[in-house]
Amino acid sequence: MLKIVPNEQTTNKQEPNKQLDPIFETKDLNLWYGEDQALKNINLSIDKQNVTAIIGPSGCGKSTFLKTLNRMVELVPSVKTKGEINYQGVNIFDEKINLVELRSSIGMVFQKPNPFPKSIYDNIAFGPRVHGKKNKKEIDALVEKSLKGSGLWDEVKDRLGDSALSLSGGQQQRLCIARTLAIQPDVILMDEPTSALDPKSTLIIEELIQELKQNYSIIIVTHNMQQAARVSDHTAFFLNGEVIEFGQTDTLFQAPTDKRTEDYITGRFG
Amino acid sequence: MEGETHEAVENKSVSNHLKQRSLKTNIVDVLIEKMFFLFGMMAVVVLMLILYFLVRESRDALVEVGILEFLTGTRWYPSSPQGAGYGALPFIFGSFMVTIGALVISVPWGVFTAIFIAEIAPKRVREVLKPVVEILAIFPSVILGFIALVVISPIVANVFGLTNGLNALTASIILGVMSLPTIISISEDALKSVPKDYREAAYALGATKWETIKIVIFPAAKSGITAGIMLGFGRAVGETMAVLMAAGNAIDLPLTEIFGVHLPNYLTSVRTLTANIAIEGSDVPWGSLHYSSLFVIALILFVITFIVNMGADLLITRQRRKIKND
Repeated sequence: MLKIVPNEQTTNKQEPNKQLDPIFETKDLNLWYGEDQALKNINLSIDKQNVTAIIGPSGCGKSTFLKTLNRMVELVPSVKTKGEINYQGVNIFDEKINLVELRSSIGMVFQKPNPFPKSIYDNIAFGPRVHGKKNKKEIDALVEKSLKGSGLWDEVKDRLGDSALSLSGGQQQRLCIARTLAIQPDVILMDEPTSALDPKSTLIIEELIQELKQNYSIIIVTHNMQQAARVSDHTAFFLNGEVIEFGQTDTLFQAPTDKRTEDYITGRFG
Repeated sequence: MEGETHEAVENKSVSNHLKQRSLKTNIVDVLIEKMFFLFGMMAVVVLMLILYFLVRESRDALVEVGILEFLTGTRWYPSSPQGAGYGALPFIFGSFMVTIGALVISVPWGVFTAIFIAEIAPKRVREVLKPVVEILAIFPSVILGFIALVVISPIVANVFGLTNGLNALTASIILGVMSLPTIISISEDALKSVPKDYREAAYALGATKWETIKIVIFPAAKSGITAGIMLGFGRAVGETMAVLMAAGNAIDLPLTEIFGVHLPNYLTSVRTLTANIAIEGSDVPWGSLHYSSLFVIALILFVITFIVNMGADLLITRQRRKIKND
């Protein structure tokens, strides 16, 4: 089990009836920005080694939800949360949670590619280094593995010392994915990872997501419903801070049970 | 047919009206534009006039004595009838001594304060600290000089067992304090201009706040911070009143030997380029060689501050470009 709690006294809840273990389970999760409630009673169970898509119109809370999963949302000073998020059986809001460990287990890829203004190598090596890896060979191997994992290795292997900013937008985003892989997470959160990219780069990233789900649990927020339909196994539809519908992607898109879901996916609003 | 002509006339008058109006607006537009251009150029003209004046007035001394004597000579006896000396090296040395001494104090202090204000301080603390720093910048230098004279110099004298605390160290301390606001506010701007994305990326990779500052934010802001330091240098090297009151103003090249290395001795009195102009400028006979040689000193000071400020400007532009690139 993951060591995000220093004293290991938390036990995994046994749920033998489930086919797949949930990686995340939220219980009555509520979140406020100051006075504005952005998330209302979210109860979701997200499966391991699956791609879960979160869709919904702008301002529905989907990005907020994603950022709550690794507690990045707390960078906004006025944020208040209530409820639980159990990650591999541990409540991430627990006082004893080590945020550094939590975030090294839950990687995140942002909307706009945001490589550091450093070399390609140093971008990937950043995570391992801050987590205490000093051995050059070990870091080298990790850099190669991560870049291969994001399908960028062949394009950059001869110029690892070049600035990451010299890469194209699509390559930068794959670099950011590689940078996340280098911290060896279990989960990768993706916040509209292709919205700033051209169609070709988008396709490459979508194919990459399919490969990555063999080893990682992926949660992706997307504005693009076709993308959700193409890449995800499960889809959650958010509206005004609430989960309206959550289920198998095929079912949700072909036979939504809620009228509002149907209206949204058929393009009647949003 | 009648109707048509009527319409045509009306059209014509409308177009005339439009023409008139556009002509008037055009004239006003052009005038205003010219006026702004004039004001803008005036600053350049004033700068050119100052430079011209400096060069014109220092020409006599430059021709008669030569720039080399000014830059390397150590004897300064400009009004002595026999064996006059025009060596300005003690002043150059004194200026660099107190300026570098000031930066040794103000760079770590200023940069850490900037990091604190930009990255660490809670909003409330920041709201108090920023105006305090700004007030420090508008403090009249004569007051700070006075504080150096009556507060700092006795302490320096006490600590080091000197009879007199007016020396390069005291001047460095007060100049350090005076260059702080420049360093803090420029460095803070540089840190603030580092995109939020970098912070998010670093935190999401599990970096701590300190690691984020050290590995990501500080390096990204480095050229802007360097510019702040250079502007702080410019501020310190050009300061006159405070240094005049604190440095003791003896014309000397104070070196001391420590482990066989000659190092500047901060516990002796020095005179800076600025202080020398202030001291001798008021009673020098106009048009004399002494008068002209003071202008050479002014010219040297001008060149030093010009180079440093240009360098800082280049770095600030580079920082902006670097951040815009992505």
